[in-house]
Amino acid sequence: MKAILNELKRMTGLIKRPLRLMEVCGTHTVAIFRHGIRDVIPKETALLSGPGCPVCVTSVKDVDAAVSMSKMTGVILATFGDMMRVPGGEQSLNDARSEGADIRIFYSPMDALRTAMEEKGREVVFFATGFETTSPLIAATVSEAERRGVDNFSIYSTHKLVPPALKALLDSPDVMVDGFILPGHVSTIIGSKPYQFISSQYKKPGVITGFEAEEIIEGIFMLVKQIYDCRSEVEIQYSKVVREEGNPAAVSVIERCFEPCDAHWRGIGTIPGSGLRLREEYKRFNALLKLRPGVPDNPEPAACSCGDVLRGIKTPPECGMFGSACTPESPVGACMVSTEGSCSAYYKYGAYRG
Amino acid sequence: MGLIVDKILLGHGSGGKLMHELIREHFGPSFGIEGFSDAAILDVDSRKLAFTTDSYVVSPLFFPGGNIGDLAVYGTVNDLSVSGAEPLFLSAGFIIEEGFSIERLKDIVLSMARAAKEAGVKIVAGDTKVVNKGKGDGVFINTAGIGVLHEGMEISPLRIRKGDKVLINSEIGNHGIAVISERNGICFDPPVVSDTRPLNGIVRSIREFGEDVHFMRDPTRGGLATTLKEAALESRKNIRIRETSLPIAPQVKGACDLLGLDPLYVANEGALVAFVSPGSAEAIVNSMRGHAHGTETRIIGEVEDSAESMVLLQTRIGGNRIIEMLQGEQLPRIC
Repeated sequence: MKAILNELKRMTGLIKRPLRLMEVCGTHTVAIFRHGIRDVIPKETALLSGPGCPVCVTSVKDVDAAVSMSKMTGVILATFGDMMRVPGGEQSLNDARSEGADIRIFYSPMDALRTAMEEKGREVVFFATGFETTSPLIAATVSEAERRGVDNFSIYSTHKLVPPALKALLDSPDVMVDGFILPGHVSTIIGSKPYQFISSQYKKPGVITGFEAEEIIEGIFMLVKQIYDCRSEVEIQYSKVVREEGNPAAVSVIERCFEPCDAHWRGIGTIPGSGLRLREEYKRFNALLKLRPGVPDNPEPAACSCGDVLRGIKTPPECGMFGSACTPESPVGACMVSTEGSCSAYYKYGAYRG
Repeated sequence: MGLIVDKILLGHGSGGKLMHELIREHFGPSFGIEGFSDAAILDVDSRKLAFTTDSYVVSPLFFPGGNIGDLAVYGTVNDLSVSGAEPLFLSAGFIIEEGFSIERLKDIVLSMARAAKEAGVKIVAGDTKVVNKGKGDGVFINTAGIGVLHEGMEISPLRIRKGDKVLINSEIGNHGIAVISERNGICFDPPVVSDTRPLNGIVRSIREFGEDVHFMRDPTRGGLATTLKEAALESRKNIRIRETSLPIAPQVKGACDLLGLDPLYVANEGALVAFVSPGSAEAIVNSMRGHAHGTETRIIGEVEDSAESMVLLQTRIGGNRIIEMLQGEQLPRIC
């Protein structure tokens, strides 16, 4: 690894300008802090966090809808644990639970389906958040619910897709990125092809990267090498897990249940074709149509810089509320809530000390 | 628009920052208690006694390597032990939910008896209450314990000095992962079992080093990270530890990757962290290794001069990571 770091140093020295590399995935953001990557790579190589934490990009309105459904008579709201503390317009799911709403945390949507089968008199609503890594699980669960004829299970899908978000970033003039450290887990499902536009259309390099220290450093090295060689390609560092074609079986499970739709990303806005909704033939599993909750129209917190942080324009400490009005105990923006949110990572790993 | 915490959240019981605030703002001032440690040290007729209490709400009640019963005995024994005391007597209070199986209660009580025997303590007082079905979760147990301080030992974070070596007796994260895997039906091969066990024996094995043992704590809720940060804050010193020295079982690391947890913050029930004089460190490590619960004892770091109260982890690749206290809840109801 010493050799790779020396070569990285040599190349950045010759490139003669600071480089801005964006890690899209929240797991990378955390791993970069945990391994102390910034301390060993050249200072000219800045690492920015992108919009790759599903919790962080879930909109206020989506949280409000989930809170609203959790308070309906007979409903059990099932969710991944990370969503509990995300602030909505008025309340988080945690607040709703402390007022008596039946909200349960699951690691797998299949367990929520099992709960629905055990508690026939209740409606189990799964708050389906996540990227391409979790959507196959949700799709498989919906298929299973259909197969078993379960009629008291539904989902509220706020699923999002990574490639359209990257396209939106590249289209916005204030986002300055020289290359992308592309997500490892998401790419296991979708492969490398959906990212090709990054190199072909926008002439930026991208490297699908693993999560160990050596893998991240190698991913950075491969990016800098492309910049040094004036190339722009989508390469795979994480080849022990990710194949070019991804996992076609998982993709077809997603496509059977879901179709793309426009989705609202917290702090960023609506990105065309970046969400997933249930197809017409599965609409009886759509909690929104089934329960028709009243959802208040709450704005996003005005002073919150989540949007700029998620687009790599600001680093978390550059937000006026970071560490003062907004902390992991009482978060204002979702980036401070999720363990993989960039603000939470900066706060937790002490980077705000400079 | 910062959200004000006006209700008790599960995070208030996780041993991290929220719980510290609750104690500092409410319990401490109301009861007139200033210093906080694992046990109160009391002067009674020129003898120094240690007194402590702890409640156990672990879910599930039975997990690989233990159950709520032995946890309730060892937890209190360990709080007394790391205060530098030999535990002697325990009380046991039971809050049982209506409808709970007497057979299961018997299993729990027998485990407590076995644990008390193993630790060499007597359970001498108790209490039983039953609450309506749905108002508890099977059984909750409270234990309180009394011990006598070892002669010559004075355990306090204020005694932590620059240059002190930081020791740990065993792997970290096993208890938390054992409980969470049981709770979620995740199996590991070989299985991860809780490290719940008494620490009074291993403390006895180093009692001869007396004053050279400056501070000890068992990193339970909040994990090793929270314990080290507390020590750094209370001693106003920096602590530097090395990632390569941290003992973490491969299955625990794998489980943490899978569940998005950090082993540094996962609970332990039989781990002991000690801050000792550098001159005696090697001898203390050897004594601890001679004890059944300390065969893996090693030095994981040092205390530095700087007074910023920072805990720094030197990563495997030579980078630095700042370690903070557990924020919110990582895993509720772990003990």
